[in-house]
Amino acid sequence: MLSTPLNAEHEKLGASFTDFGGWSMPVRYGSDLDEHHQVRDSAGVFDISHMAEIRIKGPEASAYLDYALVSKLSEVEVSRAKYTLICNEQGGAIDDLIVYRMAQDEFLIVANAANRHAVVVALVERQEAFSDVEVLDESDDWALIALQGPKSQGVLEALTTKDLSQAKYYSILSAQIEGVEVLLARTGYTGEDGFEIFVPEEHAAKIWRLLVDQPEVEPSGLAARDTLRLEAGMPLYGHELNLDVTPFEANLGKVIRFDKGGFVGRAALEARSGLTPEFRLYGLRGEGKRAARADYEIFLAGGDEPIGQVTSGALSPTLGYPIAMAFLDGKLELEIGSQLEADVRGTRISFEVVKLPFYKRGR
Amino acid sequence: MANPDHLQYTKEHEWVLIDGDTATIGITRYAADALGEIVYVDLPKVGASTTHMKICGEIESTKSVGELYAPMDGEVIEANKSLDAAPDTVNADPFGEGWLIKIRYTSLPELLSAAEYDAFTGE
Repeated sequence: MLSTPLNAEHEKLGASFTDFGGWSMPVRYGSDLDEHHQVRDSAGVFDISHMAEIRIKGPEASAYLDYALVSKLSEVEVSRAKYTLICNEQGGAIDDLIVYRMAQDEFLIVANAANRHAVVVALVERQEAFSDVEVLDESDDWALIALQGPKSQGVLEALTTKDLSQAKYYSILSAQIEGVEVLLARTGYTGEDGFEIFVPEEHAAKIWRLLVDQPEVEPSGLAARDTLRLEAGMPLYGHELNLDVTPFEANLGKVIRFDKGGFVGRAALEARSGLTPEFRLYGLRGEGKRAARADYEIFLAGGDEPIGQVTSGALSPTLGYPIAMAFLDGKLELEIGSQLEADVRGTRISFEVVKLPFYKRGR
Repeated sequence: MANPDHLQYTKEHEWVLIDGDTATIGITRYAADALGEIVYVDLPKVGASTTHMKICGEIESTKSVGELYAPMDGEVIEANKSLDAAPDTVNADPFGEGWLIKIRYTSLPELLSAAEYDAFTGE
């Protein structure tokens, strides 16, 4: 099993570990509920070094990414970021990505750990038609540390000389922390304000310890990360996204840009555009305290035939009721407030269709 | 994390305290830690009959669901009501305030001693 450069730090902190996409990752340090609330109320720090970093470089970089990905990366400004997808010819999602534009002819892509090789293989294949672009898998060189929560900006400002009040959401800048050159991206996977900090692998432990030592910050594990992202209605690859899901089913149709030239998946996606998808992702709110978890079946209230399955579900720590995302029959065109039921291990529990995200931070 | 000597144990990571014809049942700290923070406990109703090794309840954490196996035949005479409001008591005090149910048993299976349970969990 793979481990990150921070593995020894997690062991020192008494973490419990779990296998996540072939990586041994901290699932919690103490209570995953406390870690969840810590991020909503103050700040939490996550080791996400398992994620992949891929650099795209060269005069053709932006034209190449417009071809390789479904969004229009050529119009992203330098130092800004974009959430997008890499699809196959059938329009199926190979992965969801954040792409940072580092310079006019240079981008940094962050991909999911489990999809690292699939993404790199697809990117290299798509490079063939371009003579002047490089695809560099830098995943082993970087540790990635996410500092998330309303106090993140204050915590980081005390550790760098940068005024972060001007750093926009979905932007990236370079900074120094204790003499270490890092990249600070104002992105995250929790629904809170926060930063993802790219640290050269050899300095990871030092920066991690510095962050953990701040009084506003507690280390947080993947369990809290999962409930936080679920509340924020964010997809997790393997649950809400996979090769059989196009952006349309996952409510991500808006990331596709047809007002550009050819791109991989274009024909398939264009053909589906405007059609009612066979299934579509919905947000559900349950009664009581019992969660409907991944793969549980969903029914119309009183119905006999399942209309779909839960992709992710939990008792929401912030909201106090069960929440779930589910792929449901698109033809039903369910509206907000539609009454449904989940089969929770043999018991029907009432759920209703609600708007996503479940949780939105106050501004 | 010591497993108290005055309790007996099952391979399903439950503890049993025998007092006359009554057995108090809970889950061990090992099980509670493995589940993570417990957010919901579904216990059998008072009066329900239990059958050795049949599922009689569920314990949910944020990340998983654990099944509660009845450690013996009998009848449920009490369920820990306080867990409805504070299910995380099972994490905080699994061998005490976090007890789950009391059973008036009709027969007792073989149970493990603390030392045997330690060996079973590899401690």
